[in-house]
Amino acid sequence: MKARFAITALVALLIFCAGYAALFIAPDEATMHAVQRIFYFHVASWNAMFCAFFVACYASVAYLVTGKRKWDALGVSGVEVGVMCCTIGLITGPLWARPVWGIWWTWDAKLTSTFILWLLFIAYLLLRGLVEDPEKKASLSAVFAIFASLDIPLVYLANRLWRTQHPQPVIAGGPGSGLDPTMSKVLLFCLFAVFCVMILVLVDRYRLELLRNEATELRYEIESRGLDASNGQETPALQKGAQ
Amino acid sequence: MRAAAIILAKELRLEFRTRELLTATVIFALVVVVLFSFAFDPTAAESRRYGPGLLWIAFLFAGSLMLNPSFAREQNNETLDALRMAPISNFAILLGKILANFIFMSLAEVILVPVFAVLYNLSLAGIVGRLILVLVLGTLGLTVTGTVFSAISAHARMRELLLPLLLLPLLTPLLIAAVESTASLFAEQPALDRTWLAFLAGFDIVFLTASWLLCDHLLEE
Repeated sequence: MKARFAITALVALLIFCAGYAALFIAPDEATMHAVQRIFYFHVASWNAMFCAFFVACYASVAYLVTGKRKWDALGVSGVEVGVMCCTIGLITGPLWARPVWGIWWTWDAKLTSTFILWLLFIAYLLLRGLVEDPEKKASLSAVFAIFASLDIPLVYLANRLWRTQHPQPVIAGGPGSGLDPTMSKVLLFCLFAVFCVMILVLVDRYRLELLRNEATELRYEIESRGLDASNGQETPALQKGAQ
Repeated sequence: MRAAAIILAKELRLEFRTRELLTATVIFALVVVVLFSFAFDPTAAESRRYGPGLLWIAFLFAGSLMLNPSFAREQNNETLDALRMAPISNFAILLGKILANFIFMSLAEVILVPVFAVLYNLSLAGIVGRLILVLVLGTLGLTVTGTVFSAISAHARMRELLLPLLLLPLLTPLLIAAVESTASLFAEQPALDRTWLAFLAGFDIVFLTASWLLCDHLLEE
């Protein structure tokens, strides 16, 4: 418990420092000025999102191979945290685009693909909410997650062939591209800080899912014994725990 | 393969007893097509621009509704358990259903495409063969993913609403490729766009393989 508190405090300090670095240490950008500073968190949230969805995809495959419930718990945690990071990215993007591009949104390959990615994983969460049987829920949502992961490259390729406007990669985008050294240091620090936040939330969500599974199993067990639950002393406490 | 053919025959017999699914699908797609005529002015030039997109949107919407009963109607009398008990592979069950849905959807399209061409003043002369190729590849992708997702949503509450939510975002690459290749056929100088046709074929192969690999987990008890 103490260790968890310490880690949480450490990550909070880290993200606070990242915010300070992005706002005050990073040099001013020549054309975009202060608006550009959102970039440190925009890129960092995408980075965290990809890691989270990768965890979710890996866990889905692992669940189908091994059939162990902990992989399912990790899968749903990865998707939820990934959707959270994706939402942050989808909000910070238009905030930056409005002053720089003059528009909030454009149907460009990267933006569209991300939007579809977000919709697909929201659908995954909806699916989990609508299936009652825990075994079915786990295997069906894992199948869906794998289908969705297979779809993402296709979505990106289709949109790429069709139209694109997003800025080309700055860091490794060929000659003439590249970041100011201080900027790239701040960016790396922000990437790391947001990644740590993502991992922290992911681990907590994973623990919560395991506890939930355990609670559901216990409830089933009580129900299957039937008679004990109706006149046993455990019942009130159990109902309290279930809510 | 023989098992899949038997499942296919069962699905076809079931459907042609009433033909209700097919009728409802065709009428629904017609309603969509008619509604679109109010959303924009269907002159010849406009139709050429929006027509292919409109046609595929109608197919996708109709498909996402039509595919729902594929597994959902096995729920009522728990007949899926009976199918699973048969000494056939799970993929045979899935493949039989995919083929059946493919046939239903194709039949609906055979009726819809000429009607659509008449209503929106598009000429089909000289492009029928190539259009069929595009329709077959597009419909295959729609029915493969749709049948798999029908098996998923059959176990959920609100399954009629859930299936389009799962299916339509996944089908966006298919929609782009199908619309672009259909548009290349309806252009002034019809020429089939090979890139998009290859993309459609790729989509079909990816998801057919995925369904084959994952069907045991999809239909397990």
